[in-house]
Amino acid sequence: MVFSNLIKISWKAVILNKMRTFLTMLGIIIGVGSVITMLAIGEGSKQSIRSQISQMGSNMITVRAGSQRVGGVRIDDGSQRSLTIKDVEVIQGCKNIDAVSPIVQSSGQTIREANNWPSTMYGVYPEYLDIKKMELKKGSMFSQRHISQSSKVAVIGQTVVTNLFGDEDPIGKTIRFKSTPFQIIGVLESKGENTFGQDQDNVILVPFTTVQKRILSITYVNSIVASAKSEETANQAVEEVSVALRKLHKSDEGSEPFSVMSMEELLTTVSSTTDILTALLVAIAGISLLIGGIGIMNIMYVSVKERTREIGLRMAVGGRSKDILLQFLTEAIFISVTGGLIGVVFGIVAAKILTVLTQWPTIITGSSLLISFFVCAITGIFFGWYPAKKAANLDPIVALRYE
Amino acid sequence: MERKPIIHIENLKKEFQVGDEVVRALKGVSYDIYEGEFVTIMGASGSGKSTMLNILGCLDKPTSGTYELDGVSVRELSNDKLAEIRNRKIGFVFQSYNLLPRTTCIENAELPLFYNHEVSAAERMERAINALNLVGLQQRLHHMPNQLSGGQQQRVAIARSLVNDPVVIFADEATGNLDTRMSYEIMGLFQDLNRQGKTIVFVTHEPDIAKMSKRTIVLRDGLVVEDIVYEHQVDAKEELAKLPVTD
Ligand SMILES: Nc1ncnc2c1ncn2[C@@H]1O[C@H](COP(=O)(O)OP(=O)(O)O)[C@@H](O)[C@H]1O
Ligand SMILES: [Mg+2]
Repeated sequence: MVFSNLIKISWKAVILNKMRTFLTMLGIIIGVGSVITMLAIGEGSKQSIRSQISQMGSNMITVRAGSQRVGGVRIDDGSQRSLTIKDVEVIQGCKNIDAVSPIVQSSGQTIREANNWPSTMYGVYPEYLDIKKMELKKGSMFSQRHISQSSKVAVIGQTVVTNLFGDEDPIGKTIRFKSTPFQIIGVLESKGENTFGQDQDNVILVPFTTVQKRILSITYVNSIVASAKSEETANQAVEEVSVALRKLHKSDEGSEPFSVMSMEELLTTVSSTTDILTALLVAIAGISLLIGGIGIMNIMYVSVKERTREIGLRMAVGGRSKDILLQFLTEAIFISVTGGLIGVVFGIVAAKILTVLTQWPTIITGSSLLISFFVCAITGIFFGWYPAKKAANLDPIVALRYE
Repeated sequence: MERKPIIHIENLKKEFQVGDEVVRALKGVSYDIYEGEFVTIMGASGSGKSTMLNILGCLDKPTSGTYELDGVSVRELSNDKLAEIRNRKIGFVFQSYNLLPRTTCIENAELPLFYNHEVSAAERMERAINALNLVGLQQRLHHMPNQLSGGQQQRVAIARSLVNDPVVIFADEATGNLDTRMSYEIMGLFQDLNRQGKTIVFVTHEPDIAKMSKRTIVLRDGLVVEDIVYEHQVDAKEELAKLPVTD
């Protein structure tokens, strides 16, 4: 049969049963819509984690204390103190490493005159800024000289500025942290929240030695960050650092009291977690699409039964089995594809609304639209096939006599 | 002038298997129907009339015997080929009209042409309107079946059977659901069509209807028992005029 005739006949059948068609479509609309929304949520969070991480510096390497496992049990106490300034020096000596900084941190109230604000103080090297891809907004970073003198100077983040100084210029002013006064010499450019909702601007950067000796009186460091010479050599750098530190700690692979991780690895870990989550969400949404498909099958069976005489008549006046098959298949595909299109729009709108209401990042990719649409058409063909086949196999004489 | 047989059947048999039993619906039927004939097939219920007509209409195949329609031997044809023959050479009129509900007269009448890819949408429409004119429904082109009387619905069905310009029209008890007045009207229409050259084969069990055709073949238990050619054809419109007027 001519394609336009096929469309005409199917369209007619759909129009004659508007409500029924719509209700059948609803299953597909909800199914496709939720698949699209779920994919958008998954893609959105993945992308935002990715951009966060690459903002942090994609050639960054983190060394943490205490990832030693004994028979699968993580040993925390004591081994938390396994990293010292010696490790920093060893890492500095690696040829794939560009810059390195130890980190010691302490949380507490920061006080300025009558104002106080809970914040975290990080004792670091000046290189910390470059490694973390942070920028200064005002003033300057402390220098190596400040480190060697354990100077009481600080570079603070925007949140600290806002809460302690308001609109005042903080440069040159003094704040107190655990009763130690610090003179402010610089302000960081704002970085906003990260994916996990942490405020990245609520920080106070201070010379490493000042925090280690004056505030905490400890000999170890909490963690170490370093940057590889380039993104491409980041994984080589991880390997080199691991080998060098193992040598220093005289430990074997697998039992070292530290862990070395590149951003790339972190990215992969986080991505695979979000991928699993996305897959789960999509699977749940996919079930509603499946139910939508079964709805189509159901309604097509009803339709074939109801229109048995019509089928007999069409056959009597010259419709071949395959014309009848195509007619009902077209109808099923029409319902599923139209439902799919509406579902796509519905999904996009739902994702946008979600972003507005919850601030969750959502990203709609072309491929997710294409896949959903394709799945819809397949659903129509798959679930429309049996009812259509049933119609096509009718004997015209029997069909014409059907009551 | 040698008349051309539209239908040629010879020793036609049809058996149905029902459980362990074989029902012999047609037991060896032979006759020819020529171009321009108006034949009624009569017989008691169960005598094999519908079975006969289904085979002639290429909806069913005989168990054995010869059937040639318009020179084509039908027995060897595939189902798709039979569908094409029904589409191009045959028109059907059924007892229960079989119109598509909620579908206009035009759309109902043009239905067979949907399955003929040589006919464009415009031509389809034009031919449907012509056929509806022919059956006197030019005022009802856009009406739905439920807005029409039984007689008018059957006229739409007749228009549908004419739309593909078939070599023969088969009607199975086409007046069976109609009262006498409407039956005569329909018969008048068939007579007109026949006068214009259409070959018609009409199954009925009403003798007064049969007398309005030119020839009657009587079946009994799957065999032809009588083949009558009328010298005088009863005019349906005259009979209609004689009916007492009711309202
Ligand atoms: N599909 C079928 N299966 C079994 N028996 C059938 C079938 N169709 C018709 N018959 C039988 O064949 C005989 C003729 O039937 P039919 O042609 O319908 O008679 P009519 O139309 O003259 O009333 C009947 O005995 C009927 O029961
Ligand atoms: Mg019958």
